[in-house]
Amino acid sequence: MNRRKLLKMIAAATGASLVGADAMAYVEMPAATPLEKTGFSKDDYVLWEAVCDTIIPRTDTPGAVDAGTPAFTLRFVTDCYDNNQLAHFKVGLVDLEKRSQQQFGESVAALSAEQRHDFLSVVNNEANAFNSSETAGQGAWAVVTSKGLPHYFTLMKQITLFGFFTSELGATKVLRYVSVPGRYDGDFAYKKGDRAWAPEF
Amino acid sequence: MSDNYTYDAIVVGSGISGGWAAKELTEKGLKVLMLERGKNIEHVKDYINAHKGPWEYPHHGRPTREMKENEPVLRRDYPLNERTWGTWASHQESPYVEKERFDWYRAYNVGGRSLLWGRQSYRLNREDFMANGKEGVGTDWPIRYEDLADWYSYVEKFAGISGSHEGLDVIPDSEFLPPMPLNVVEKDIAARIKKAYGGTRHLVIGRTAHLTESRPEQNRVQCQYRARCWLGCPYGGYFSTQSATLPAAMATGNLTLRPFSIVKELIYDKDTKRVTGVEVLDAETNQTYVFKSKIVFLNASALNSTWVLMNSANDIWEGGLGSSSGELGHNLMDHHFRVGAAGEIEGYEDKYTYGRRPTGFYVPRFVNWGDDKRDYLRGFGYQGSANRQGVYRDNAEMGIGAELKDAITEPGPWRISATAFGEVLPDHRNRVYLNSEVKDKWGLPVLEFDAKIRENEYKMRKDMANEMAEMFERSGVKNVTTYDNDYALGMGIHEMGTARMGRDPKSSVLNAHNQVWDAPNVFVTDGAAMTSASCVNPSLTYMALTARAADFAVEELKRGNI
Repeated sequence: MNRRKLLKMIAAATGASLVGADAMAYVEMPAATPLEKTGFSKDDYVLWEAVCDTIIPRTDTPGAVDAGTPAFTLRFVTDCYDNNQLAHFKVGLVDLEKRSQQQFGESVAALSAEQRHDFLSVVNNEANAFNSSETAGQGAWAVVTSKGLPHYFTLMKQITLFGFFTSELGATKVLRYVSVPGRYDGDFAYKKGDRAWAPEF
Repeated sequence: MSDNYTYDAIVVGSGISGGWAAKELTEKGLKVLMLERGKNIEHVKDYINAHKGPWEYPHHGRPTREMKENEPVLRRDYPLNERTWGTWASHQESPYVEKERFDWYRAYNVGGRSLLWGRQSYRLNREDFMANGKEGVGTDWPIRYEDLADWYSYVEKFAGISGSHEGLDVIPDSEFLPPMPLNVVEKDIAARIKKAYGGTRHLVIGRTAHLTESRPEQNRVQCQYRARCWLGCPYGGYFSTQSATLPAAMATGNLTLRPFSIVKELIYDKDTKRVTGVEVLDAETNQTYVFKSKIVFLNASALNSTWVLMNSANDIWEGGLGSSSGELGHNLMDHHFRVGAAGEIEGYEDKYTYGRRPTGFYVPRFVNWGDDKRDYLRGFGYQGSANRQGVYRDNAEMGIGAELKDAITEPGPWRISATAFGEVLPDHRNRVYLNSEVKDKWGLPVLEFDAKIRENEYKMRKDMANEMAEMFERSGVKNVTTYDNDYALGMGIHEMGTARMGRDPKSSVLNAHNQVWDAPNVFVTDGAAMTSASCVNPSLTYMALTARAADFAVEELKRGNI
């Protein structure tokens, strides 16, 4: 079927004339809390932006900062995390800054890219060790939803990946995104280096 | 519209069975009023999220803390999210009481859960209709497979069910559209299972109410493999009231659809032993209206159809219309699940999938089937799929930075998993009843739930995990693990029973034609009517029961019997 005919059919495929008010049941969601009302300070933002940039840097494709992930994730944790998770996230920001000051005499954001990578890699390893000792669960999201909280850096890594891969740049420029596949191929050729399909949510 | 109009028939509810009732009755020439308690959703136009990417939602689709606080039931599982927000009924407006936990996910708008269903479609088999009678469980179905077979065919041809002909008694073949494909890994596992079990176990493509061929005559385009079904399909790719039955009913010119119409009760005339109409509360204005009709089809979803019956004819029967059986509100069933197995597939690194297939594979029941005997009754089927892992897989060993980005943006290894859906036995103790102390937004009494799974289901759950693990291991799947993520009745969103069909008015609410024994011009053809649950997804059976009952109702009207 050609596209024109398909669109015509879609246009024609409407429902009923009906009685009563015309209300939408799929509801437009209110916007997320604006960044300036999240309670995070400018310093918090600068710190968090450096963390996001270190977890998903720009390479030959856009990184977390390009995709607006730092702002999205701060708004996300403000609106969606429960109080324990949010407090844990904030404790993590404070801890990262304190350790950076102790180790380098500078804040995280002032470190070179290499220093940040090495510093946060150490924290990431600590987080893995902590999680395997303290919490159960499989897969990235299972850790978040289990009763015990994982290491704060695990929350940070997860929220960065989620925000990034569900962003427009992350989904369409870093992963492969197809809104209307039109068919299913269960025997689709793959070669090393081909990117994964973007998640729907 | 005149608000005091007399119709030939009133259909209460606009979901899967209500849509079918409206279509069948209008096509047979009856003037029909379809009442829907919630808002309208207009096909295509109101599917406002259908083309959105995740970045177009404020929280990329995930629920906020406030949403979770306001929706203590929806938050228990996937229904609470930004994508489908507004389509699942709110606990704030429509609360209920849980003496025992019951997860009740409702959709109060035109189309009901036909917009939100899982779309898996299987016929009940011959044994399903006989098991109660043979085993002395619940009551015997008053019909047999043969009574429904032609009606299955009839509804399948219109609804559009894709699937493969397998010739298996346990899942009788439907009138199929071409099947969606198994993927390369699933095909190999299917062959290995067949070999390992000498052809006694099967892994087949899921049977789903999706068009795999476009139907210009229905203004429906074949499935586009977006897997955004719950956002409403602008192509009409899957069966819903909006895509299929409502346009057909509207085309007759015989249908009036009235949203925001909460049916408070059926008006019962004790002299004629007939219902004369319904009393409706307008959900927006709180005004009350009476609509008259010769017959009423109750298709309000299992528990709301029972709620309407309980609130009707209370001057004759304290427990409501149909309560003379002692079974109204009893024998509440669902399918118990969230238990199964998963594992890793080695190899196939040069293979991937394209498109988001809105079905998976199905492993039909094999326990207590043929020569197989277990220490519990009935059985279960599995639904699952094999896929390469995506970006949310375990990334602990991938570090951070460019190394992480490179690794996680490639698809991961293949995994396969399958979840069992098991039959819940009808049990008189599993019930709902009215609680008049708690009221909904409109001041109406609410349902209270006292039901749970019991010994038979708990025994079955062990097999539901272990049998799949064994099948995976015997077909070469590595690192197989089992899981039981716990289950509460209702989570399957397959509520059934509470106004069951039967052979005797002393032990059943409905007869073999879905007529209320105590008011033969009232037909209940949604999940409430189910005498037993089988282990397969039930909606296709509601469609067939509805078409059959509508045909009978019109004949009875012509004969002057109702």
